Amino acid sequence: MTVGYLIKSFTLWEFVKAHWLTLKYFFKPKATINYPFEKNPLSPRFRGEHALRRYPNGEERCIACKLCEAICPAQAITIEAAPRIDGSRRTTRYDIDMTKCIYCGFCQEACPVDAIVEGPNLEYATETREELLYDKAKLLANGDKWERAIAANLEADAPYR
Amino acid sequence: MTSFFLSLGMTYEWAWFVATVCGILLIALPLMVSVAMIIYADRKIWAAMALRRGPNVVGPFGLLQSFADGLKVFLQETIIPSAANKGIFLIAPVVTFTVALMAWAVIPFNSGAVLADVNIGLLYVLAISSLGVYGTIMAGWASNSKYPFFSAMRASAQMISYEVSIGFILICVVLWSGTFNMNGIVLAQKGHVLGIVNGFVANPLLFPMWVMFLISSLAETQRAPFDLTEAESELVAGYQTEYSSMAFAAYWLGEYANVLLMCALNATLFWGGWLPPLDIPVLYLVPGFVWFLLKVLFFFFVFSWIKATVPRYRYDQLMRLGWKVFLPVSLLFVVIVSGYLMAIGHFA
Repeated sequence: MTVGYLIKSFTLWEFVKAHWLTLKYFFKPKATINYPFEKNPLSPRFRGEHALRRYPNGEERCIACKLCEAICPAQAITIEAAPRIDGSRRTTRYDIDMTKCIYCGFCQEACPVDAIVEGPNLEYATETREELLYDKAKLLANGDKWERAIAANLEADAPYR
Repeated sequence: MTSFFLSLGMTYEWAWFVATVCGILLIALPLMVSVAMIIYADRKIWAAMALRRGPNVVGPFGLLQSFADGLKVFLQETIIPSAANKGIFLIAPVVTFTVALMAWAVIPFNSGAVLADVNIGLLYVLAISSLGVYGTIMAGWASNSKYPFFSAMRASAQMISYEVSIGFILICVVLWSGTFNMNGIVLAQKGHVLGIVNGFVANPLLFPMWVMFLISSLAETQRAPFDLTEAESELVAGYQTEYSSMAFAAYWLGEYANVLLMCALNATLFWGGWLPPLDIPVLYLVPGFVWFLLKVLFFFFVFSWIKATVPRYRYDQLMRLGWKVFLPVSLLFVVIVSGYLMAIGHFA
């Protein structure tokens, strides 16, 4: 127990130093943003809510190859397929259980026709669990709603793929 | 105020009664509103020191946050555990809250602006703040649940330990001011140091006492770093664990009213209360009430500042600090201060 230690402990030196530090932080600009009113920028690669895209002529892209279902590590995707009236192969059922999904992005990587994508939307909290069990209609509606943002993101990311 | 009601044609007894009730309302109602605002300020200060924003959605700058929380809590159900002692369980928050408000009776807000100008004001404050522990013990015992009970044991031991050293610290103040009357203590600080500084705190013999008083008042109100009664990692929410709805809110209000009381005591006993910081005539143009309020708010900032900075003490460290550091040091200072005052003939 040296004299220096005694002086330090009786003048509460460590406490004074700590309080000086927090006082400096008190006047620093805030690190957090004002979330619902301000938002952080998102990368074009951001993996958010899923969407099923369409071609510009309105035809749905998905050809029911089931690669996404096969690769999904969480087994969140369920697909049933049948020939459509015009003879093309289409899904009759395309469900994603969003409560299982881990947002790894393997489905969009696996998709040969860029049909299933993870869009930039991250604000889709629901009040019930059932609302998170997405079906084909919901996914296609998402695709229609977010098509412009998704297309822009895919284009921005294209040089790096 | 009594004379005003006398002029309305009341008998003296009635005038005194009405004036006292008005005085109580004048103190208690603004106090409750300021407790709500001070909770908001507390959250904002912690947030700022953690580089966050804090509440900023309800009302302008989030000013109405506490009222929104209050409304939410008010609309909830008061859950009484089936094994609890119902009567004591419900009385406990009332005790805490009432006791927190009672001590304000002797705090001087301005020259003469005090509800009860009793000559043993300081003793009254000590007595009332010791009563505060009953609310906690009753809550811990009546909840009939182990964590609240542990917490209540801790709270009572902690409050008693630190009240001992607070007592000795206050003896130093009383020796110097020569009175237990709170207004008298404030007036004794006028031009205390070099005839110009108002406040015992600038006195080299009393400054260490003030530091110890500040730390003890943190322990007394169970604020960080002495919030062992609410150590969530060990005791869930402490003695409030089983409380919900308005009973819980009463604890919160009582706790913050106690914090404000301790801030007011710091200001009154060591920083010159409603006197301006320096004994210069021009500073007396600002009403004493404003000086008092500024000092209380400053101390509240200090309390929040400490809470935002330091980690929680371990229980044995807390006891060690109380009994093995504060008690001997404050006792030593009682001897030094009284010896010094004898030597300079202060009591003659």
